[in-house]
Amino acid sequence: MKYLLLIYESEQASAGLSEAEQGKIFEEYMTYTKGIKKSGNYIGGEALQPISDATTVRVKNGKTLTTDGPFAETREQLGGFYLVEAKDLDEAIKLAAGIPASRTGSIEVRPIMPTPPID
Amino acid sequence: MDLETLYREERPRALATLIRLLRDFDLAEDTLQEAFAAAVEQWPRAGVPANPCAWLVSTARHKAIDRLRRDRNFAAKQAEIAYLSETTSAPDPLDETFADDLLRLIFTCCHPALALEAQVALTLKTLCGLSVEEIARAFLVPPPTMAQRLVRAKGKILRAHIPYEVPGGDRVTERLDGVLRVVYLVFNEGYAATSGDALVRRELCTEGIRLGRLIVGLLPRVSEAAGLLALMLLQDSRRSARVDAEGELVTLEDQDRSQWDRAQIAEGEALAEEAVRRGGAGFYAIQAAIASLHAHAARAEETDWPQIAALYSLLLRLHPSPVVALNHAAAVAMGERLERGLRLVEQIEASGALSGYHLLPAAKADILRRLGRREDAAVAYERALELVTQEAERRYLRRRLREVAP
Repeated sequence: MKYLLLIYESEQASAGLSEAEQGKIFEEYMTYTKGIKKSGNYIGGEALQPISDATTVRVKNGKTLTTDGPFAETREQLGGFYLVEAKDLDEAIKLAAGIPASRTGSIEVRPIMPTPPID
Repeated sequence: MDLETLYREERPRALATLIRLLRDFDLAEDTLQEAFAAAVEQWPRAGVPANPCAWLVSTARHKAIDRLRRDRNFAAKQAEIAYLSETTSAPDPLDETFADDLLRLIFTCCHPALALEAQVALTLKTLCGLSVEEIARAFLVPPPTMAQRLVRAKGKILRAHIPYEVPGGDRVTERLDGVLRVVYLVFNEGYAATSGDALVRRELCTEGIRLGRLIVGLLPRVSEAAGLLALMLLQDSRRSARVDAEGELVTLEDQDRSQWDRAQIAEGEALAEEAVRRGGAGFYAIQAAIASLHAHAARAEETDWPQIAALYSLLLRLHPSPVVALNHAAAVAMGERLERGLRLVEQIEASGALSGYHLLPAAKADILRRLGRREDAAVAYERALELVTQEAERRYLRRRLREVAP
């Protein structure tokens, strides 16, 4: 069973960290990622640029409309994700609780909808 | 034993095993219903089978296979049918297996990934066998809303793969806390409310106690499970004395103690004592011990308030909360240390933690009344009246206000 672990954090709070603190968090992510690769849970994962670099796209009547910024303004912003393989929700929750941002922000656990393979 | 009673007793265990075998809550509930219909027809003639639960499970499982075969998407269901036919033709008749499944069902219904209200609804539906209409009535929501809540919860269990298992290792204690909270919520929904349909409320108390017994039966060595059952039994033993003939709320102090259910008190006291003696007494067991002390006093004046205050102080250390602190303060005051009780209430008041909670000024008013400070008491009763929302409690506070008003 696949789950997407969405990492939400306050960009403002993260931006206020010192370089040393940021470096420590980066190390924690490296350790975490290595760990879930070793355990076989890791499928993929990336960190995202901040929402100031986001563009939201909509197509209305065939016309592409773009707006600067994220889809919704929220207290915490999507900052990255992991795609993992887990036995069940309990294992996925355990994996989510290991992500460093679970202490400072929140992790949304979303089961992946099974779809037929596309050739 | 008539068949309805037998079914009511066997139903949770049979359903728990069926859900594991069928991996589908709705299919399990429907086919178990059909199996029971078959039992009503066959058992009076052929006699009740030696293991009615196993019979119901096996019959329901066959009905599920038939149903899947009849299904239009036969091809898509092939794998499922093969799986079902493989899983031993008859379930393991050992009671142990049924008990394990029942625990799995309890932990799944009370999984923390489900909203608390959904946990409660699912528990009442699957473990207690209440209908959607009954649950909707109990929680004062329209039946379609309740049905939707259940559909959503079952859908999440399926699609998010909430496991059908007893959590392992260190997680079990934490998860059991959640289970006990759901059970106590069911009971309290029936016990605390003084408005609404009396029959429905009664039923919720009964179901809460029934669930408590079920869990104690499955986990006999867990102090908190025994503590919760004891607490519910002891509170429920005062049910008929809590409200007078006019529907007015009667406080513990003024209750006619001859109306208390002595058999239930004896059972609750024994459970509470055992839970405390075994060690690991927590939130529920300590409250049960307090309820025991109340139940023990033949007259209100004989209540062992110093002991109750000591237990509240212990509870406060383990589970600090302003409500527990208020109960502690009230117990201290009742133990004839009125001034000290008043100071404790004033400390909580100053912290602002319970601003808006009517029982804070109500407790303060009662202490002031006992101290003979009638004017101050009247002010506090008036404050409590501004905050109270329940009619019966409002009438009680008005009555007290009239007593102290000049």
